[in-house]
Amino acid sequence: MSKKKGQAKVTIYQDWCKGCGICAAFCPAGVFAMRSDGKSHVVRESECVNCGFCELHCPDFAVSVTPRETSRRKTDGLFDPRAEVPESPCSSDPGPEEHVGTPNREEDHGHKKA
Amino acid sequence: MAQVTQLIHDYLRHNKKFPHVYCAGCGHGIVLGSLIRSVHGLGYAKDDIVLVAGIGCSGRMAVYVDFNTVHTTHGRALTFATGIKMANPALKVIVVMGDGDAMSIGGNHLIHAARRNIGLTVLVLNNNIYGMTGGQYSPTSPEGTVSATSPFGQLERAFDIVDMAVASGASYVARGTVLHATMLDGLISAALEKPGFNLVEILTPCHTQYGRKNNFKTVVDMYQWYKKNTVKLENYQKMADVDRSGLTPIGVFRDEGRIGLEVRYAQLRNKLQEQGTCQSSTN
Repeated sequence: MSKKKGQAKVTIYQDWCKGCGICAAFCPAGVFAMRSDGKSHVVRESECVNCGFCELHCPDFAVSVTPRETSRRKTDGLFDPRAEVPESPCSSDPGPEEHVGTPNREEDHGHKKA
Repeated sequence: MAQVTQLIHDYLRHNKKFPHVYCAGCGHGIVLGSLIRSVHGLGYAKDDIVLVAGIGCSGRMAVYVDFNTVHTTHGRALTFATGIKMANPALKVIVVMGDGDAMSIGGNHLIHAARRNIGLTVLVLNNNIYGMTGGQYSPTSPEGTVSATSPFGQLERAFDIVDMAVASGASYVARGTVLHATMLDGLISAALEKPGFNLVEILTPCHTQYGRKNNFKTVVDMYQWYKKNTVKLENYQKMADVDRSGLTPIGVFRDEGRIGLEVRYAQLRNKLQEQGTCQSSTN
């Protein structure tokens, strides 16, 4: 896999990020930085080599890396069954951002942590 | 590769409260992602999967993911899963347990499920502590662990989950960590596909209850610790004994591929029905 820079667009769902710092600590290109709000921010997107570490290791599913061109990664084969579906599976659902801050307590059935 | 995150969102129950309940940096979220990627990669339908979870932080996993899910009582996840598998062997039953769930209160269930070699995929999330209940030391806490119930370091020797499963007769036994996520995908995928009782021990950090009391300043330090102190089994076997101290081998420890109890049970039933020694259930 070539390690060309600027291959991908990196997005962080700020509402889901808990600021654990795994992405900032392990990113080989130093794309992320922790800021005073306690969350991770994309600071050097142009350095991203599209290795995918952050996406696989974000415990909160808050990082998304969109390649600008066709990429070749070990995990690419995993997604063949749906690769031809043009519309993303979640696009008809409300996105994750819309659910943040609107906990459905009635449906949580007492699982909420005390 | 936004597909990775997109895919995971596709399998989550978005009407549950998100972000999930796990602490910042908890590896359970990574295990959940890895499980979803593995299930998707193998092409199972959501309705063909049953996720059975016990009590503890790992038990919350069953709440968030959109399979058939059962959130059971403490330590008894394997008993519920055994019932489900015997009643409907066509279902793919995945059991998610914590280390306390699997090795202490559910220890006997684990060794007997492994001995029976019933077709389950068991993920034991080993964070070396009882995280949810306040940080008591667990059967897998290493000797010397400082915890809420062992403020001066605990004196007991820890269980090795892999050794226990191998000794009990499990068909496939592996160990991975949440840091080695691509490898973990492979281990979980293999455990899902193989017949018989398949167990994957997953080392996952608990910084809130374990790390803070045991000289890990941040949760990232725990991931760095996994990076330094785990070694692939192939390399571990080549090392001299003196070099092995403090290292944890990861990889596949046993891969026998023996057929599960539910298959042998069906074979026996068919055989007896052919012989006419027992009546078919339709009669």
